[in-house]
Amino acid sequence: MTTLTKAEGAPAPAGPDGFLSVRDLQVTFSTEDGPVKAVDGLSFDLHRGKTLGIVGESGSGKSVTNLTVLGLHDPLFTTVDGEIVLDGKELITATEKEMERLRGNRVAMIFQDPLTALSPFYTIGRQIAEPYMKHTGASKKAARERAVEMLAKVGIPNPRERAQDYPHQFSGGMRQRAMIAMALVCDPDLVIADEPTTALDVTVQAQILDLLKDLQREFGTAIVFITHDLGVIADMADDIMVMYAGRAVERGTVDQVLRSPQHPYTWGLLNSMPRLDSDLGTPLSPIPGTPPSLLTPPSGCRFHPRCAFRDRVGGDRCVTERPPLGPDRSSACHLGTEQKRTIFVEEIRPRLG
Amino acid sequence: MLQFIIRRTVGAFVTLFLIGAATFFLFVAAPSDYASLACGKDCSPQRLADIREALGLNLPLAQQFWDFMSGIVTGRDYPTGHCSAPCLGVSFYSGDMVWSTIMDRFPLTLTLTAGGAIVFLVVGVGAGMIAAYRRGTLVDKVATGASMVLSSFQIYFLGPVVLTILVYGTGLMEDPKYVPVTEDPVGWFVGMSIPVCVMATIFTAQYTRMARSSMIEQLAEDHVRTARAKGMSRKYVFLRYAWRGSLIPIVTVLGIDVSSMLGGAVVTELTFSLQGIGRLAVDGAVNKDLPLTMGVMLFGAFFILLINILTDVTYAWIDPRIRLS
Amino acid sequence: MKEDLVLPATREAGAGTAQEPLLTVSGLVKHFPVKGGFPIKRTVGAVQAVDGLDLTVQAGESFGLVGESGCGKSTTGRLITRLLEPTAGTITYRGRDISHATRKQLAPIRSEIQMIFQDPYSSLNPRQTVGKIISSPMEINGIDPAGGREARVRELLEIVGLNPEHYNRFPHEFSGGQRQRIGVARALALEPKLIVADEPVSALDVSIQAQVVNLLQKVQNELGIAFVFIAHDLAIVRHFSQRVAVMYLGKIIEVGDRDSIYARPRHPYTHALLSAVPEVTLAEEEAPQRERIRLAGDVPSPISPPSGCRFRTRCWKAQDKCAAEEPPLIQLSGNRAGHLTACHFPEEPSTEARDEDIVLDPALAALEEGKTEAP
Repeated sequence: MTTLTKAEGAPAPAGPDGFLSVRDLQVTFSTEDGPVKAVDGLSFDLHRGKTLGIVGESGSGKSVTNLTVLGLHDPLFTTVDGEIVLDGKELITATEKEMERLRGNRVAMIFQDPLTALSPFYTIGRQIAEPYMKHTGASKKAARERAVEMLAKVGIPNPRERAQDYPHQFSGGMRQRAMIAMALVCDPDLVIADEPTTALDVTVQAQILDLLKDLQREFGTAIVFITHDLGVIADMADDIMVMYAGRAVERGTVDQVLRSPQHPYTWGLLNSMPRLDSDLGTPLSPIPGTPPSLLTPPSGCRFHPRCAFRDRVGGDRCVTERPPLGPDRSSACHLGTEQKRTIFVEEIRPRLG
Repeated sequence: MLQFIIRRTVGAFVTLFLIGAATFFLFVAAPSDYASLACGKDCSPQRLADIREALGLNLPLAQQFWDFMSGIVTGRDYPTGHCSAPCLGVSFYSGDMVWSTIMDRFPLTLTLTAGGAIVFLVVGVGAGMIAAYRRGTLVDKVATGASMVLSSFQIYFLGPVVLTILVYGTGLMEDPKYVPVTEDPVGWFVGMSIPVCVMATIFTAQYTRMARSSMIEQLAEDHVRTARAKGMSRKYVFLRYAWRGSLIPIVTVLGIDVSSMLGGAVVTELTFSLQGIGRLAVDGAVNKDLPLTMGVMLFGAFFILLINILTDVTYAWIDPRIRLS
Repeated sequence: MKEDLVLPATREAGAGTAQEPLLTVSGLVKHFPVKGGFPIKRTVGAVQAVDGLDLTVQAGESFGLVGESGCGKSTTGRLITRLLEPTAGTITYRGRDISHATRKQLAPIRSEIQMIFQDPYSSLNPRQTVGKIISSPMEINGIDPAGGREARVRELLEIVGLNPEHYNRFPHEFSGGQRQRIGVARALALEPKLIVADEPVSALDVSIQAQVVNLLQKVQNELGIAFVFIAHDLAIVRHFSQRVAVMYLGKIIEVGDRDSIYARPRHPYTHALLSAVPEVTLAEEEAPQRERIRLAGDVPSPISPPSGCRFRTRCWKAQDKCAAEEPPLIQLSGNRAGHLTACHFPEEPSTEARDEDIVLDPALAALEEGKTEAP
């Protein structure tokens, strides 16, 4: 087990493509009604110590993507194609044993609802100690100590006593702290946080988000942060990837995507959501229609049936041709770059109040 | 926890008393006269009166009921002799002490229940767990298919088929019979193996399906996924995380099955011509034998209540949320 | 028919309606008993879900109720619609006391106060068609609109933006947003005067939320229906409600017109709540930096709430007085009329960044302390 201590693993220089890179990921579920392509040709990179925010609504494929990174999809009903490379290691073809050594150790996950995500049958302390014992070979006693130390770190009062408690004896915010302690117990290089604050109250959410940021700074962890809330992502992420119906539609830095968004779907999201300082005279401009069924996804650009700007593209490219998404700052839309800028400045920005 | 058990035990005694009352008053409300039944065809009025006197039927109903219920605790004296506690009265029909009749029959019922439960728990739950673990493979399909077919069988069908093959056809085995385990352990085992196995087969099929689906449900739980995300192996997660949660529905159904079997497995006993508690219950009802019916009812109810409490205690053991609330 | 089936007479309709509120709640209390004990189970305590609430809702206005889980906002909604009976206090609807009205007494009022629920999946009967779901309130209340019920249902479907042809479909054939529209149509069927909407959009996706919020706004403006809008999302409440009350542990701690609450809050909890909302800032130069307040821990249990001011255990300004004396909900000097705050030591009416952040969370404080010390 000593091979796993990170101090020894010399800082292998992350390739130009980053520490985690996903290339052309395809995830298909077989269902009774037919195959559902939950993720369709997704590529992204994440650098060490950085936070990538993935935004999308339900069914956008954001959670599926990250379960696939950890190999936690149900192999019985799922086929995965493409490449997932973590620090030079290909994960899709990795064996189950290799994945087990990775999970909870180099890559950890924080789930949305800490009540259901923690086992009701074991104490918090035990659940935190478990991966530490497995991955570092620590004794039971040392692992218990480590668990108490982690609980203290994430701000649980009386950590020694509270480690003996079961999850249902914790409050919602405290459970999510315990979950974070569990994720960080082996000092992972990457943490995947799947809507970690969605189930929490707003004041508690603020505490947890700040805690994650501060811990990231201390541990140097890279974070993939999945959420539907643009406000949360603005607060947390360095880079943003917007997903719609299994595909990435826009990416860039936080400033780029939120202050000069280029994709009509991103515009729609921003216009749909009131802010604390938005102009009260302006009604919200929702995106018409509903997200598509992935059983029969729309052709071409998947957003075209709900898009208010497709007639500005000209021809039927939106219906026939999938718009490409570049590796850096880009958006998967057939509108011209200048056109996107003009539309945002002249039509979208004013409506944001 | 102790408070809980005490409270439930007190409740159980109240329930037993109410069940006794309900049985008693429903029984006497039915239009039939045990005395004349017991007296037979050429019944002289004098003899009828004697029988009434002997059976205590001349006393007020409430008095009769009270005598019966208090007899369970203190014992009763009959003209024919003393009936020591727990006294469930004397059968109108046979004149035997009901308690000793039940005690005669109970070892057989206990053998059937315990034997059956061991077989269907080990084989049924085991097969279900393996099927869930190897979901989608041939093992799973065979287990699911077999349990589907077997659970649609009935004891009165499967029993005669097995008897025809093993006993009458090939003569490999003898007719099922009950020999007390204290007298002849081998005979006991051999004699009861066919009824136990046939009954267990049907239950096994049900438990396989239940264990499998309950396990698959548990494997889809968030906390099981979390355990996997921590790097725990599939086997470890299966045995430590999912397994425990899947026990709850199994324990629930097991409690119901075992308690009803202890109250008498009528169909199994009839199919294999065995004399257990189930048979006794039928006899009591057919012969309008009040003390026997009361005795068997209360005896069965006792087990239902006892096992209910045990089931709840087991829940608490399995799930700290129940234990600590 | 007995006399008591008739509610206390309404005051002359029309007279002074400009002043008279549609709904007045005063001293409202709801305690849910907690059972326990040995050997005999008895009431050993109470969840003080709502504990002394005063509020008024004017005809046609939207009144927002915000707060975190356990603050009693949903219970308040259920009390107003009389799905629950209050433990104490009065609810007066158009001059009639409905706090303890029986089912029969409530019947004429039930049609005027409707409710929209959070979960569009479980609040519709899956075995009934949309037409049946929307028309059943009319059937129950024996209302026969001109042109028949079916025509009215089709009209309602149109109002909420659904295809009238979908009359015979079942709820599972609709998406979450569409189901919430069905819920709105059902609430509108009886031409209510007040709709209590309990987290009507929080189960929906962002892009769908806006559709439903716009629909509710349209309903409020065009049909003149008053709303009690209950939500945890402060931005949506601000967008939807002219007046807003902030609740904490069963009490209103601050209430006022939305500008007062969002721009000039006085209660420390309102400050903390607003500062916790994660926001997209559209341009750096715009808008001054917001203050940063991070509370410690979670909301205490409503079974044994703190004495005096209930927020004091998490408040940075708390003093002995706060534990000893419950602050009254009053208009502080400098506040606009109708802006009431329950606090002994109110904050400045501004949400701008302070010289020093308020970080009460020990873990955050420790991590950030280390950060500033280390170069």
